[in-house]
Amino acid sequence: MSDTAIIPHDVEPHPLTGMYNGKFGLWLFLASEVMLFGALFSSYVLLRTGAPEGTWPRGEEILNWKLAMLNTMFLITSSVTMVMAWAELKMNRLGKAKQMLAITFALAGAFMVVKYFEYSDKLHHYQVELVAPMMHDGHEVMRITGHNVVNKEGEDVTIEPDAHGGDANAKHAPITIERSNVKRVTTFGPAHSTFLAVYFTLTGLHGLHIVGGMVVIGYLIFAADRIWKWNHEKLINRVECTGLYWHFVDLVWIFLFPVLYLL
Amino acid sequence: MGGSSAADMQHHLKIYYRVFGALAVLTVITVVVAQVGFHQEWSIATAVAIALLVASIKGTLVACYFMHLITEKAALFWILALCALFFVVLLAVPVLTDHESMGRAANVAVPPVRLHDAAAHKGH
Amino acid sequence: MSGAHAAHSHAGHDHGHDHSHGHELPFWRKYIFSVDHKVIGVQYTITSLLFLLFGFALMWVMRFQLAYPGQPIPLIGKMLGASLVDSTGVLIGNGYNAFGAMHGTIMVFLGIVPLAVGGFGNYVLPLQIGAPDMAFPRLNMMSYWVYLPGGLIMLASFFTRDGAAQSGWTSYPPLSVVNIGGQTWWLIGMVFLITSSLLGSVNFIVTTVQLRVKGLSFFRLPFFVWAQLVTSFLLLLAFPPLEAAAVMQLMDRVAGTSFFMPGGLIITDVVQNQYSGGGSPVLWQHLFWFLAHPEVYVLILPGMGIIAEVIANNTRKPLWGYKALVYSAIFLGFMSFIVWAHHMFMTGMGTTLSTFFQFTTMVISVPSIIILTCFIISLWGASIRYTVPMLFALSFLPMFAIGGLTGLPLGLTASDIHLHDTYYVIGHFHYVVAPGTIFAMFAGIYYWFPKVTGRTMSSLLGKIHWFFSFIFINGVFMPMFFQGMAGILRRQYDQSYQLHGASAQGLSLMASWSAWCLGLAQIPFIINFFYSAFAGKKVGNNPWEATTLEWSAPSPPPHGNFATVPVAQCGPYEYSVPGRKTDFLPQNPALEA
Repeated sequence: MSDTAIIPHDVEPHPLTGMYNGKFGLWLFLASEVMLFGALFSSYVLLRTGAPEGTWPRGEEILNWKLAMLNTMFLITSSVTMVMAWAELKMNRLGKAKQMLAITFALAGAFMVVKYFEYSDKLHHYQVELVAPMMHDGHEVMRITGHNVVNKEGEDVTIEPDAHGGDANAKHAPITIERSNVKRVTTFGPAHSTFLAVYFTLTGLHGLHIVGGMVVIGYLIFAADRIWKWNHEKLINRVECTGLYWHFVDLVWIFLFPVLYLL
Repeated sequence: MGGSSAADMQHHLKIYYRVFGALAVLTVITVVVAQVGFHQEWSIATAVAIALLVASIKGTLVACYFMHLITEKAALFWILALCALFFVVLLAVPVLTDHESMGRAANVAVPPVRLHDAAAHKGH
Repeated sequence: MSGAHAAHSHAGHDHGHDHSHGHELPFWRKYIFSVDHKVIGVQYTITSLLFLLFGFALMWVMRFQLAYPGQPIPLIGKMLGASLVDSTGVLIGNGYNAFGAMHGTIMVFLGIVPLAVGGFGNYVLPLQIGAPDMAFPRLNMMSYWVYLPGGLIMLASFFTRDGAAQSGWTSYPPLSVVNIGGQTWWLIGMVFLITSSLLGSVNFIVTTVQLRVKGLSFFRLPFFVWAQLVTSFLLLLAFPPLEAAAVMQLMDRVAGTSFFMPGGLIITDVVQNQYSGGGSPVLWQHLFWFLAHPEVYVLILPGMGIIAEVIANNTRKPLWGYKALVYSAIFLGFMSFIVWAHHMFMTGMGTTLSTFFQFTTMVISVPSIIILTCFIISLWGASIRYTVPMLFALSFLPMFAIGGLTGLPLGLTASDIHLHDTYYVIGHFHYVVAPGTIFAMFAGIYYWFPKVTGRTMSSLLGKIHWFFSFIFINGVFMPMFFQGMAGILRRQYDQSYQLHGASAQGLSLMASWSAWCLGLAQIPFIINFFYSAFAGKKVGNNPWEATTLEWSAPSPPPHGNFATVPVAQCGPYEYSVPGRKTDFLPQNPALEA
């Protein structure tokens, strides 16, 4: 594409760092990414320790840790297949390498599909906070969660409440709550609480990084034959660098999972 | 970085499989420990410490073996380790020392009250 | 920028498909989407100088309001939009705030850093280490083409209905969260700028470490390269927290979260965001200043690097204390990460934290003093050539000293209680950046102009530029210390509202007139810059008789920079070596002839 001059250490490692330019550059980039996610993690810590009693839920109360554990396994497996793609290239097996890349891509896609369901569930699940407690299901409650909310200005709010215990799929008949008793109606989206705000920001940014990685991996699968024909070393290096990025994204999730879902 | 022999790479592959196994096991441990901890009513500090410890072990495995950190120059490993330590310290300092602020008292929920007629108040 | 190329094979680049073997690229790939670090450096320089001029112009308008409060702005008053002026052309409060916030943002993020790092760093660094280009030329091009849209987005916000961001360059919540739409543009623009900066910093570090020629060990590098290296680490590691914070503020503004909005906040009778479990405005400040403090070292370090080169060259002797300079720069970079909360002494942090940051702030003044002292001692016993770059470099020294010393009362918590958010602070940081860094930038432009264009700038116009700039820049900022000590607060669009600082308000007239004259003083520079680029006196490789590697390349260097790959035979400042015919020993033996 461009008429660049010959750059030293494009491919052979530099004696001081032991790395070629691309790898060194990628480690530096990862250092900045650590600062990015680190800033968000530290914000999480500061916000949580500063939150008043009772306003910060445990991850398990709101989020589905089983799905997240599945996602963790998807990512860890994709990390293995990613590094195996590199190993196959080192063993001169282009075909197998492309297969490994494809599996990595597919696992990443599976991760995003699960994420889509998680987000979508949150955004369609509602919570109505009450001014004064009301009787529901035999208890006095200050908030009602459920689906299919009708929330028009000035009119009473109707909601199909979630079942508590027993059959989770049991539909409760819609109930109506007087507008004067309604403090706030919200989905379980980012505006719900600072916990969910942090959750959506952290996992959203992480998800964007997954998508970015998928774009690069997809490109590599598509262009692998051409690059391999031109220069073996170049493809090996590009796959290695993409792998470094991908493992980092996996690493972030390894910390995200317990922090958000289990604590 | 010339091509390695097939035997070399097979050895690498074996390591990757073992690390994968370890990661899978550690993931299960993460979840199990979290459940145990909740039921045993550990303090939040203990739960956090253990969760982060397990996560750090998993992270180190990914970094050392998948990211080949173990084969790079030792200096790189120690620079990263130092940075990680520095970061943890940087995070711990405000959390551990700052009792007065971080908005504890300021964040009391206030009922929705209109103080007085907005029309009587010129904005800005 | 010329078409000549060093002979090179095609194996190392491109994706294997045909590209023109004639080596003549079409215009748009040679000058617009070029991957040559020199073209990119020039692009950054011109763009950032234009942004600097625009940011300066914003200040002229603000200074009119400060000097003549309530008067319609002459000439352009009626032309500005309703978000800025009232119907008679008087600058309104929100307009003043918009100009103030954008002045700071544009000068720091669109002006100085792109000039110092993107302009000078890109152009000079590969040449000074003997490299044919940056390690990642295409990434380099992307950096510029992400910077430019980011800057344009920032400027475009002026033309929205409510106008540009108005919450200070620091964008403190809760105001920034509830404020007008321009703030969202500001945040988006910042994401672009931060991305550009990150790409650039990776490039600089890899280039400096991996692409040095044979013989150029780390302790033979010109101090300019060290300064750029430390700067790049600061940019790499300090910017991401601001990016995270910008995303969080965007979420607060757009997605209804309350990361930074505290519970119980009341704005014009309405309680805001009370449900989300309590955010923290102070969290934004921590994240912002975690970047913004290293950012100020990003602002000064490249300037110090330029001053080092100019002083060594124009004193005809080696810099005094080269190792001290290098270690100080490294230490400064490291320390800059742990002083940030000295911008937050008045937020009620608590005494433990405040004491910690006061201590680190006092410690960080030491390497700065060492660097300045080394420069000053370098003048001792020197054969000073009063060239235009040297005039700027010499005047940098006392100006930076004033800026640095006036920072000390701000770093001490007790005195900061009185001085925080007053004009004293404005005086302090402008002394470091304006007669500090900007003078260093001018020194660099006059110094490297012959290398970039193959022609020299007019020395007479340069001296006129320097003389009047020096006088008037002091006229703008010196009064501010006194105003600050008298109690005049910053970010006040009508100072006459304040009774306690009344005695010092007359100084605003002096500052304003000096600012306008300072603007006029740039005219000789602008004329000189453009005229000399086309019609200045032509020169060869090394008009300044300098030692560093860039002077062994032709002026201007061709694509690939050096006809034969240079080697470095000695340190960077071997001037007045005893027993030699000439008074300098160049690093590249090929230059000795």
